[in-house]
Amino acid sequence: MKSVLFLILRRIGTVLLTLFLVSMVVFSLSSLLPGDAAQQLLGQSATPEAVAALREVLGLDKPGHLRYLDWLRGLIVGDPGISLANDLPVAQLVAERLPRSLLLAGIAALVSVPLALTLGIASAMYGGTRVDRFLNTLTLTMVAIPEFLVATTLVLVFAVKLNWVSALSYAPPGASFGQFIAAYALPVLTLFFVLVAQMARMSRAAVLDQLSQPYVEMAVLKGASLPRVVLRHALPNAIGPIANAVALSLSYLLGGVIIVEVIFNYPGIASLMVDSVANRDMPLLQTCAMIFCAAYLLLVLIADICAIVSNPKLRT
Amino acid sequence: MSEHIKVSGLKVTAPTGDNDEVTIVDDVAFAIPRGEVLALIGESGSGKTTIALSLMGYARGGCRISSGSIRVGDTEVLSLDRSGLRDLRGRRVSYVAQSAAASFNPSKTIMAQVTEAVLIHGVASRKEAEIRAVELFRALSLPEPESIGSRYPHQVSGGQLQRLMAAMALITEPELVIFDEPTTALDVTTQIDVLLAFKRVIRERGITAVYVSHDLAVVAQMADHILVLNQGKVRELGKTAQVLKQPEDSYTQTLISAITPCRRDTGNEATTEQPLLEIRNLVAGYGRSDKNGMPAMPILKDVNLTILRGRTLGVIGESGSGKSTLARVVAGLLPAARGEVLLDGEPLPGTLAGRSKDQFRRIQIVFQNADTALNPSHSVAQVLGRPLTFYHGLKGNERERRIGAMLDLVKLPATVAGRRCGELSGGQKQRINLARALAADPELILCDEVTSALDTVVGAAILDLLVELRRELGVSYMFISHDISTVRSLCDDILVLYAGRGVEAGSRDTFQQPPFHPYTELLIDSVPELEQGWLERSRRPVAPVPLVDGVRDLELCPFLDRCPVRIAGTCDQLAPPRVVLSDGSEILCHHSEAELLLPPRDYAMAAQR
Repeated sequence: MKSVLFLILRRIGTVLLTLFLVSMVVFSLSSLLPGDAAQQLLGQSATPEAVAALREVLGLDKPGHLRYLDWLRGLIVGDPGISLANDLPVAQLVAERLPRSLLLAGIAALVSVPLALTLGIASAMYGGTRVDRFLNTLTLTMVAIPEFLVATTLVLVFAVKLNWVSALSYAPPGASFGQFIAAYALPVLTLFFVLVAQMARMSRAAVLDQLSQPYVEMAVLKGASLPRVVLRHALPNAIGPIANAVALSLSYLLGGVIIVEVIFNYPGIASLMVDSVANRDMPLLQTCAMIFCAAYLLLVLIADICAIVSNPKLRT
Repeated sequence: MSEHIKVSGLKVTAPTGDNDEVTIVDDVAFAIPRGEVLALIGESGSGKTTIALSLMGYARGGCRISSGSIRVGDTEVLSLDRSGLRDLRGRRVSYVAQSAAASFNPSKTIMAQVTEAVLIHGVASRKEAEIRAVELFRALSLPEPESIGSRYPHQVSGGQLQRLMAAMALITEPELVIFDEPTTALDVTTQIDVLLAFKRVIRERGITAVYVSHDLAVVAQMADHILVLNQGKVRELGKTAQVLKQPEDSYTQTLISAITPCRRDTGNEATTEQPLLEIRNLVAGYGRSDKNGMPAMPILKDVNLTILRGRTLGVIGESGSGKSTLARVVAGLLPAARGEVLLDGEPLPGTLAGRSKDQFRRIQIVFQNADTALNPSHSVAQVLGRPLTFYHGLKGNERERRIGAMLDLVKLPATVAGRRCGELSGGQKQRINLARALAADPELILCDEVTSALDTVVGAAILDLLVELRRELGVSYMFISHDISTVRSLCDDILVLYAGRGVEAGSRDTFQQPPFHPYTELLIDSVPELEQGWLERSRRPVAPVPLVDGVRDLELCPFLDRCPVRIAGTCDQLAPPRVVLSDGSEILCHHSEAELLLPPRDYAMAAQR
């Protein structure tokens, strides 16, 4: 038990160290982008003097490492600075947008994960049969279609031609359940398309790998039925790889969210990040990048913990 | 008629790449009377496991039982549908697999797996099943029968796991149990305990059993009837005594002669007494080293040995005793933490990077598993040509000529040169593996369990080849093995390793009769003999009471825990001395030579004093 705690603490330590390294990379990369916020705010016709004065006000004239330390300190205490583009605290902007993104990602995950796992396990269970081949073709097709194509096709069919739902997806506070569904149907469906295929294929591979183990043959020779063999014997040993596949897919969700939010004009954190790039709004951009990275690391951490806890060799 | 199991005209086919089928078991027929044991014996590829599994209506990986009849009691197994088969498997016929470690589900407790078949078939309640399981654990002499079930498979030893699997097979009180090489993966000293436990349970419960094995000596202890198989066909079927004493078939005779121990003439009595390899006070292991340079997991502790030029040293020990680690240190794959390795009196650098090309050339290693040691997609000429070019700069025709000569040395036709390693048989691969080492023109060849993965007949041919090569080329071998009969038949000198320490060293003549170190004695006594009733007669010293666990001095005797003749107050207190016996062998033991010559029972008396 002690060793499990130690293993988990060590993983958490690794995550924190990674975050620190990423913060350095994010900061130095974003300062490499051409132009700066002062230039952007004042426009092309501004005098060099005016630009220099504004830079001083914004603190852009300080050396890079000092700006980094300031920013890092702010990040740790929860005050990642003032957005250069609209003069609002970055924390406030993020607090407004992040829950919406999480809601979208959460619904997408809630719909996709159980279905993907069911498809993957079923496909492994009937490996080599017609069911397996059909599911394989289906998931491969889904993996092959890029999400922007799925999104625009869905908009074209359901919003433009059939007019069932709005092309813009935003449910105002206090919306009814029906409105809520209508607003989220298309973006969630888009994300679902990409997610399900990957997770289903990877969990199929993980379960199939276990099904080729001698202990599975042993279970068959004890007279266990197929569902029992797969669910009671193979699945518990496939949890580690499956959790990792799910974490990787869900982290892909973050990337997917950017395209989906932009296409459906959904006011989430990803569209905030896209705007910040356009405005050279470094504090905001850096914070968004850190949030995406932290979310990714958190998912991987959870997967690792699942793998540790499901393995008696590590657990005891 | 008292035939319990009756198989006739059994034919099993396997698919080939091009939509065709190849017959792997052809027209096999046998019958087993109730309560008797039939052994299926043969080499790899003989179809013995396939036949055993077909008794459960099961065929592996795409294979198909294409015709025949299998009757278990009144049931025709081959006419059962899927649910009928499920009712048969685990309930009426059960299976004990070769590798218990792989056949237990790593994420479930032992009790859950042992009782599973009872619950699947609804034979009894969970509570009743657990009571039965504990009874079986006790009958199979497992330690802590009450609590062992709550452990996970990785928490018990290999020998225990094998017995737990037998408990798993027996718990539904099946009418037929299939044992598929159940002791092949075990050390010889563990094997005998497992065999004794199996035999007792089989006799007490009157179980009808099929015992699959490649080892005639083991089968002689377990079976009432023997069925000899070769390439899917029955060669001979008869009572155990008849098959062993008067084998009628020529193939059976080959099998028996291959395992009859023969003393191979080493043929070079006139060698110089010049040491080729010397190892002094070697300490080596894995993991990070502490500030004294001791590794976190020391494997070899204070090992000393000498190999004279042109002689063969056999290194013997059970799994985990450090045999392969020793080879890795000599080959330069693992640096020694302490001690020295001298080649021709010159110290050898510990790492590969520190060694010269010539030092590489002089020591070559032949690995156990030729399947993985040779790149299957390289041709034989590539494999042999590489050391010829690397060490001797040979190219073109000269190289071709040497490759031909190498193949000739290991008795393979020159046409093999163009074939890929993956296309060769196991024995051929091991010959190429050996030829690859010889191509460097070495002085010392490290042979790490070179015959363990081979069938008896093929392995015996490799051993003969080793002896011949030594006579012709004058190379020395360090021959690492777990099998004392092989070592005794081949080697001039023998070193017995136990838990990383050399407990006995001497010439092979000293290993023919006592006195031995108590561990060597256990090792020698545990090798099954080709003789019925040996198992019952084998004089088994009473297993000692385990010592109370605690921090133990590394200096103490490594065999302390298992030693049947340990002396309380001496062995667990003082480091054992190195004693040279009158026959010239050296042992690490507190006992005097006279005491070691006593039969075990008198030992205990001597120890009481």
